[in-house]
Order: sequence, then C-alpha cells, then structure tokens
Amino acid sequence: MGNDVWVILQQREGALHRMSIEAIGVGQKLAATTGGQVIAVLLGHDVGAIATTVAAHAVASVQVGDAEALADYTPGGYRRALTGALRDAAPTYVVAPHTYQSVDFVPRLAQAIDAALVPEIIGIEQVDGETLFKRPILGGKLHARVRVKGEGTTVVTIQSGAFSASDAQKGDAPASIEALAMPAEIASDRTIVGIEQVGDDDQVDLSKADVIIAAGRGVGGADKMGPIEALAAALGADIGASRPVIDSGWLPRDRQIGSSGQTVAPKLYIAAGVSGAIQHLVGMKGSSTIVAINKDKSAPIFNVAHYGVIGDLHEIVPALTAAIEEAKG
Amino acid sequence: MRIAVCVKQVPNTEARLRVAPDGRWIDQEDLSLILNENDTYALEEGLRLAEAHKGEVVVITLGPDGAKEALRKGLAMGAARAVHLKDDGFLDGDASAVGRALAAAVRHVEADLVLTGSQSDDVGYAATGSIIAGELDWPHAWLVMGLEIASADAGQATVVREMESGMNERAQVPLPAVIQVQAGINQPRYASLRGIMQAKRKPIDVLSPADLGLDASQVGAAGSRIEIVDVAFPDSGAGAQLLEGDDAAQLASQLVDKLRNEARVL
Repeated sequence: MGNDVWVILQQREGALHRMSIEAIGVGQKLAATTGGQVIAVLLGHDVGAIATTVAAHAVASVQVGDAEALADYTPGGYRRALTGALRDAAPTYVVAPHTYQSVDFVPRLAQAIDAALVPEIIGIEQVDGETLFKRPILGGKLHARVRVKGEGTTVVTIQSGAFSASDAQKGDAPASIEALAMPAEIASDRTIVGIEQVGDDDQVDLSKADVIIAAGRGVGGADKMGPIEALAAALGADIGASRPVIDSGWLPRDRQIGSSGQTVAPKLYIAAGVSGAIQHLVGMKGSSTIVAINKDKSAPIFNVAHYGVIGDLHEIVPALTAAIEEAKG
Repeated sequence: MRIAVCVKQVPNTEARLRVAPDGRWIDQEDLSLILNENDTYALEEGLRLAEAHKGEVVVITLGPDGAKEALRKGLAMGAARAVHLKDDGFLDGDASAVGRALAAAVRHVEADLVLTGSQSDDVGYAATGSIIAGELDWPHAWLVMGLEIASADAGQATVVREMESGMNERAQVPLPAVIQVQAGINQPRYASLRGIMQAKRKPIDVLSPADLGLDASQVGAAGSRIEIVDVAFPDSGAGAQLLEGDDAAQLASQLVDKLRNEARVL
C-alpha cells in the first residue's frame, strides 16, 4: 500500500477539461495528509500537448496511457486501462472530477480495485487525525460528512467548482512525462456511434444575454408562465429554465440552463421558483448579480444568490414587474 | 424479456427537513416519502419496452417496511410483480453494498435487462446502477436520455447519453446491460384506479440476505466502505441579502431599489 495520490485527468478531443486542474489541487491537498506524491494520469491517444500543460503543476509525474482504443472515451476502455495500474500502485487516494464522463466509469473502476468510493465531495476536513469528506445530500439542501472504513484505496470525485483551480500549485520545474503501460487488450463494452449537439441549429443562445429570468419547478405549469414573460418583457430579458421545467414540457429544451444545458453569465439573473440543484448552479453561478425568489428559505439557490426574496413567486413576480415599470417611469 | 427495474423510496425534499436527534440523517418521522424521480422514468421506460416486446417488469427495491409503497406504485403503473429486499441487515449501505444486494436480486429473478434511475434524490451517489452492472459483469450506460431495443432478441440496445454542455453521445450497448435512466427520457404514466386495485393482488416477494446467498458482512452498513458521520444544513443564504415579509409590493420595491442603487444592474 503506497501513500500516493493519483489524479485522473479528463480530456476530450485533445482539450483538457478545466476540472482536471481542480482535481490536481485536491490531489495536492490530500497528498499533504498522506505524505505521498501526486501522480497525474492522462488517458487518450496522441495527447502529448495536454500532458505538457499538466506537467507545469507540482506533481511527481504525468503518466500517459496512450492507446488507439482510448481515442474516444468509453467506460469499459477507461476502466480496463486503469485497473491493473491502480492495483499495482495501490495509492491511498484516487481523485477524479465529478463530471458526466467520470460518473459513468469511476464507480466501476473503484469496484474493480476494491476501493471505497466517496462521490461528489465539496470539502475535506481533518477531525482528530481523521479525514472526513463533505458532500451534498438531498439535492444540496444538507451536507453530510462521510468517513471511510477499512483498508485500501479511496476514490473521491470532486464537485464542479467546489475547489478552485487556482489552488493547484505550479511546480518549480516541469514534471516528468512518462508512459503508463497499457494492457494489450483494451476492449470497450460500448460502441460510440456518434456525438451530436442537442437541439437544432437555430437554438436560442442564452450565453450572450444581459438579463435572464429563469423559471423553476415552482412556477407550476406551462399555463402559469405569463407573469414570467411579463417580467422578462419589462426587463428586456431572455427566459431560461431549470431542468424540471424542460422535462415537464413547459418550455423547449433550448431554454435549459445547467450542466446538461447552456452555461450563462448575464449581468442579472433572476431565478423564480428554482430550488438550485447543483446541475443548475454550475450553469449560472458565474452571473454578476443573482436574485432568487423562492418560498423555501432552505433552497440551495440562496447559497449562490446575492439577493433573496423569500415568498411566493406568484405574488412576488407580478409585484416586481409592476415595481420595475414604475421605476422606469 | 424480463426487465428488472430497481427503485428507491426517498424523502420528499420539498418538505421541511430537520436533522435527526442522532445527527446522522434527517428526521424521517412524519416526512412524506416518494418514489425517486429518476426511478419513475426508469419504470416508465421498462413498461414501454415490456409492452413493445411482450415482456414483463419486475420492480425491485431495498429498504425498510415502508419502502413497499414504492413497489406498490410500480405495480400500479403496470409491473407484473415485485421483490422487496427487507431486512435490517440491508439498511444503511453505501453504493457498493446496495448494488451488491440488488445485483443478487436481479440474478434471483433472472432478468435480461436492468433499468434504474441515474441518481437518487437522497444520498445521490449516482453509482448504484454501475455497481449492479459490475457485480453482474454486464455493460452499463449512465445518464441515458434515449433507449431503443429493436426486438426481444436484438442482442443490443442503442442509447443516447447526455454529455456536458448540450452534447449527446449515441452508442450501442450489448445486452444484457444495466441502463441508468435520466429524468426527461419519457413522460411517466399515472397509475390508473384499475392499476391501483390490481396492484393489491400482485405478489411482493420479501427476501433476506440469506435468501440471496449473501453473508451479513456483505450487505448494509457492515458491507459498506463509507458511512455518514453527521449531516447539517449549510449556511443558508451565506452572502445573500434576504428580503422577507408579507407585502409582495414592498418586497418588490426593496429589491428594485437594491438592484438599482447597490448592484447597479437596472
């Protein structure tokens, strides 16, 4: 059993996912508790340029698993590529970003190496010499602190934005880039047929909007969208929505904001009846001014809002429209 | 084609939540419990496949006595029968322990396909379906927004998976497989009154770890590698200025004032 920390980076088509650097920062933090080294691991085909970028950080080495079978991500391919190496190295921790790609393969990788799995951590605490991981539960309404039992490797995935990429320390000199031995056969159990953009070409581009009114589940129905539209008209705003609104068919899918929709950063973002699941928050928390209107004071949206109005949106939104019209004179 | 749909009963997070006296979970007394949202979509997808290919759905859950309500809902929607992994030994498991038990139940009912939600609304590990697949050594696909199986003996499924930033991946997965369904894949049906009446006569098999050939050390808290130490509310509204009151017009004009003169965005 080593005391190192392995960090699994994410790339697609030669571009490093920004959360890979956040993961390196967490790896460095955990390595400080184990006294071990940080090993960055990159899978793909012809990904040398990314390896060079990563090597600028304070890591012991960048291990590159290069194989044609890894050119496209597949869960079976990634799992089989890493199982042997992780079994041999037996690191204390493995860190990966909690992205859609990682969540697809990391649980089975953890299972394959008999590791404990702590998904979607947002914090790390040392309590009486023990490492506890903080993670959201119940849609982010509460946080749980979790401990790992037993011996062996622990795999953690980190929530998007919970740790800052700027916390990842750069090295004094570039780290060495080494080839990670790959198994002869990296068979996948999934055949990728194609990658496609959701929606058609003329979809709404919310990323350029100055003001966005986001409708949430609390709006209550497609027939109750009128006050939201009136507020948007008063502000010259675009209308967006959280996922439940889209899934219920109240608004078309090209209005969805969040991890599986658009990422936006307007000057003003008004969330009406949006509870604030993390999948929504990652798509809008970069907005300059965030207003949340929700009758539930414990809704996670209030954790990212600058201004919160606690009340029934069906009363507040029309009142807000009237107040804005009045202010305009 | 026998389709196992694994479901979970979870607290309704719209309700007011309180931390339990022992600090390790929320107080579930008097709290309304509902079928996990993504699992409802998994059930609907399973029922549609069963109807298209003359198959049957077996709905499976792991949980305390009250979890049979989740099974009743599945039966009322149209599942043929249900399996309840009900034993104190099953409780408080992490994804590895729960996945191990559910995989054993899938073997027990001899299913050809497993559907489940991509994530639970309570602990939200987003891993249990993958663990089931690993135990069975079947392929899996997580966050599935589209599922097509041409016929009962097609040998493969075509799935559409969500990726980040509005991209979708279309892929072929050999069967048998575990498909982890994302909300929005379909419009789940409501149980009809007739369905609810019929559900009362449909069988629910209650199984213990021993019935599944599992040792007590492999399931529940004993079989888990992680445990919750405590839970707490985050500092709600940390950094947010909260406006509260009964007069909507007054709240609105306060907000407009702040947006105009403080944030300067109006």
